[in-house]
Amino acid sequence: MIYRETGQFKPTYRSDSAVFPIPQDRWVVVAFVILLTIVPSFFASEYLLQAILVPILIYSIAAIGLNLLTGYCGQLSLGTGGFMAVGAVACYKFSTALPELNILIVLLLSGLVTAGVGLIFGVPSLRIKGFYLAVATLAAQFFLNWLFNKVAWFQNYTPSGTLTMPPREFFGVLVTGAAAQPHHRYLFCLGVVVILALAATNIVRGPVGRAWMAIRDMDIAAELIGFRPFQTKLLAFSVSSFYVGVAGALALALWLGSVETAEAFDINQSFQVLFMIIIGGLGSMLGSFIGAAFIVVTPIVLTNLMVYGFGLEAVTAKHFEFIFFGGLIIFFLIVEPHGIARLWQIAKEKLRLWPFPH
Amino acid sequence: MNVLNAVFVAPFLDMADSPAFFFEVVIGGLMSGVMYSLVALGFVLIFKASSVFNFAQGVFALFAALTLVGLMTGTVPFVLGNTLPGMPAFVAIILTGVIMVGLAFLVERVVLRPMVNQEHIIMFMSTIGIAFVLEGFGDLMWGSEVKVLDIGIPTGSFFYLDMLIQVFDLWAAGIAAILVVVLAVFFQTTRIGRALRAVADDHQAALSVGIPLKTIWVVVWSVAGIVALVAGIMWGAKSGVQFSLSLIALRALPVLILGGFTSIPGAIVGGLIIGVGEKVAEVYWGPLVNGAIETWFAFVLALIFLLFRPQGLFGEKIIERV
Amino acid sequence: MKLTKKLLLGGALATLLSSPFAVSTVSAADQIYLAGLVYRTGPYAPNGTPFANGFKDYVELINQRDGGVNGVPVVYEECETGYNTKVGVECYEKIKGNNPAIIVPNSTGITYQLIPKVVQDKIPLVTMGYGRTSGAVGSVFPWYFNFPTTYWSQATAIIRYIGAQEGGMDKLKGKKIAHVYHNSAYGKEANPTLEVLAEKFGYDLTLLAVDHPGQEQKATWLQIRKKRPDWVFMSGWGIMNSTAIKEAAAIGFPMDHFIGNWWSGSENDVLPAGDLADGYKSATFHASGAETPLHKDIKKHVYDKGLGAGDADRIYEVLYIRGLLNHIFALEAVRRAQDHFGVKVPSGEQTRHALENMHMTAADWNRIGLPGFPEIKVTCDDHEGGHPVLIQEWDASAKTWSVISDWIPVMKDVVRPMMEADAAKYAAENNITPRDCG
Repeated sequence: MIYRETGQFKPTYRSDSAVFPIPQDRWVVVAFVILLTIVPSFFASEYLLQAILVPILIYSIAAIGLNLLTGYCGQLSLGTGGFMAVGAVACYKFSTALPELNILIVLLLSGLVTAGVGLIFGVPSLRIKGFYLAVATLAAQFFLNWLFNKVAWFQNYTPSGTLTMPPREFFGVLVTGAAAQPHHRYLFCLGVVVILALAATNIVRGPVGRAWMAIRDMDIAAELIGFRPFQTKLLAFSVSSFYVGVAGALALALWLGSVETAEAFDINQSFQVLFMIIIGGLGSMLGSFIGAAFIVVTPIVLTNLMVYGFGLEAVTAKHFEFIFFGGLIIFFLIVEPHGIARLWQIAKEKLRLWPFPH
Repeated sequence: MNVLNAVFVAPFLDMADSPAFFFEVVIGGLMSGVMYSLVALGFVLIFKASSVFNFAQGVFALFAALTLVGLMTGTVPFVLGNTLPGMPAFVAIILTGVIMVGLAFLVERVVLRPMVNQEHIIMFMSTIGIAFVLEGFGDLMWGSEVKVLDIGIPTGSFFYLDMLIQVFDLWAAGIAAILVVVLAVFFQTTRIGRALRAVADDHQAALSVGIPLKTIWVVVWSVAGIVALVAGIMWGAKSGVQFSLSLIALRALPVLILGGFTSIPGAIVGGLIIGVGEKVAEVYWGPLVNGAIETWFAFVLALIFLLFRPQGLFGEKIIERV
Repeated sequence: MKLTKKLLLGGALATLLSSPFAVSTVSAADQIYLAGLVYRTGPYAPNGTPFANGFKDYVELINQRDGGVNGVPVVYEECETGYNTKVGVECYEKIKGNNPAIIVPNSTGITYQLIPKVVQDKIPLVTMGYGRTSGAVGSVFPWYFNFPTTYWSQATAIIRYIGAQEGGMDKLKGKKIAHVYHNSAYGKEANPTLEVLAEKFGYDLTLLAVDHPGQEQKATWLQIRKKRPDWVFMSGWGIMNSTAIKEAAAIGFPMDHFIGNWWSGSENDVLPAGDLADGYKSATFHASGAETPLHKDIKKHVYDKGLGAGDADRIYEVLYIRGLLNHIFALEAVRRAQDHFGVKVPSGEQTRHALENMHMTAADWNRIGLPGFPEIKVTCDDHEGGHPVLIQEWDASAKTWSVISDWIPVMKDVVRPMMEADAAKYAAENNITPRDCG
């Protein structure tokens, strides 16, 4: 009995439909977010902040985006990398063209641009389903990569084709560019993640989310009872692309600083975000975070363990890292095919009943 | 006006200008297409029989090619202290085929059996795990140097009616044709072939009728492994055996969409169409935009076909029931 | 869940969570620390491995033969990036706390990432023959060095060589030159320069991009068959190089009119094509294949003691020597910083100062053991040095490269204004005030 739910009742519908109806849950989440705000800012090393925490936050946003599309609406998409590239390029163009614009507005605009692009590439989804749709979205991936590589206007005519984010401030605090303090970047990312995650949670709990889940589960039946599949799917593509675009913009602005879009947001990036949501749990907000953390942290931890713990050569460690990473994926999928978030859910349920078995 | 002319008129004039070269491009495209089909065949086999999209197919090809080179040159680390002698190509190929069958056994036992009747996307993810493991293992065993694969396929080129034809490509086409015929016969006429199709439809139904799922899966993954070996040999002989070999799987994906995920003739026809489409587009329309449009053009071409036939040219029509 | 599964799960979680995030434990005060962001895995591993071996062996040599730089031992650590930019950034963050003498990213993509970061972290960034060409403008990029020469300069030298082969620069008019390039920041580097020179000398330039990884190049070489250029210049990397050479041979393109840049001219690129690659040319900024005093020392102090990183017969290879050169420059700079400032372990700023005043004369090269290498002079404003370029040719039967030209001077008058314009643009975009180098 990790906590008692007895004696808790909701007098109003409004309180009953809260995001965290049980007060203990709410307190834990709020406390966790506060902990995440304070502890890393003061105690985490620069390496932890720049190479682990910020990427996890950024990938969480991308994973949430893809989860909305694939986990909640059932449309498999492999164009995530291309859409992140759209977000990054939009962010770059907006901030270089309008230097006085607040970075938050720039992020918002980048997301909106990506949402528009996602809308266009979501049109085939009316006719095509399943793995065919996934491979069709690859067309978006490769086309967008080629476009940003080829058309020099997107890169502001730099000869190398690399986008470099200029230093920008957020209410007087430098957050982009190499001079920005790691914990400032981290806090900014955390803020964006909290806002977007809250928005996503509320979207999926509302009529829009339910429409998506209806389409995912049985789209013909859903159409029969009145859902409009085309509009619903297009909305899913746009909202998902908004999130992915914001993630791409953040990746350029706060994490990498400089990207070559064809290399940083290539097909492997698309696969990586897909792995995150599958391992984390399709159709689960918590799953997006867990998946992002798993995919970012596991290779680094494995390599560090092998190189510094066991003293292996860097290259041998890399080979073993591949083997163990693949093995871990298979292991987690066998143990819980619905993702690590489901494992957590089961654990929580068991804890609520503990010490009773059922 | 200039743009319209450049896109819709000039390339065709170009083609008409030197028809011999146009046919050379087409033939080159057909040959490339055959190479893609070899890779796509492996995907089709596994998807047909177990509805699993085997992400690891490219890595299978790489692993098979690495094993073959290792056996031929006698460099197999961790086995008998690296003292294995080199062996002739014929023997090495057979031995590698056996190893791929062994790999199929392993995959079935460790990965597929615990995941019977899981959702397709979960099984897809598990093949990604297999891909990582095999890649790391292959690197560990044989290193990342480019290895030369030479089993005696003649190289060189000759002129036929003013067109440059490469001997290697002709051999590749021949080998692919033989492979397709063998596979088609296997699937249509043998009991195992029918059982494979039953399993592709529904695992649990096939089990309940008494079809031994485990055996079927081992058979199918073995056949896919051998197809991967052939693909690995052809691509390895063409451009050397190294990590990049596994990336050819990506070039085969448009072939799959076009031809249908479940059709062997579809893989061939799809491959030919994609090959020709790619090359013609790159040579005649590429220079307008400074080139490198091959990759996305292939996907766009496949996408256009899909809009008219959502299951691919030869794929099974998807019948959905409410 | 059964007990075994539970145990396995718990064990896996425990291992994952308890591994140290904190990193390398190099903390001894009197040590010079060098880290290599190398790639021995991934699609470019065949080219990255000899490089990495060169890095390692030179450090080993200095430690074994000299006991370190001025007696201070050198510690070298590898971080495997697989040519992936994000992993490169993670590697950089991991090692920067150890006060590396210089950073060598080995990849143009990673270089671009690190250029703004090294200014903050005060670590000199040295990219020998790759990276951001306009970084040579030292007033805008004080922490970035790309001597001995850069891509744009190389392009001018290649055109000069072609002109010489054709009988004079005026004979270039009307000739057709194709540039087959890797479709990335690296491959595109030479294009603006080639275009400027096309206008200047009147040759017809065709640009042909090849997507990563470059295994499928049929369309590219079909276009070359159609266009029939007189010369083909290639900026490739990895398997793109060997595939291109094979395709060129297959369509019967004359190998002696095929010139690769200095990253397309190594043994790994030509060996897979066998005899077909005979006569293939490439650019280089150092000789290779010959036995130099340095090679003798490496054999004696490193390989004879069994401390070598690779095979002993591969120490004459082009990329291995380049790896050696990287660390030669690094440790030379450290030595000069030690002498100039009188410290045992120079700080980043001190090493930077030494790099900026690096003047390698023939006497220096003799001391190092590589006689015949030309003078390098780095100044405050010119971090490139403007080193001339050599052309080498591959002999497929002897399996060696031989230098077939003299040192070809680069066209500084063409390249320098372009560099300054690009650097000024970077400075404007990033609010950097150029230093006064007067």
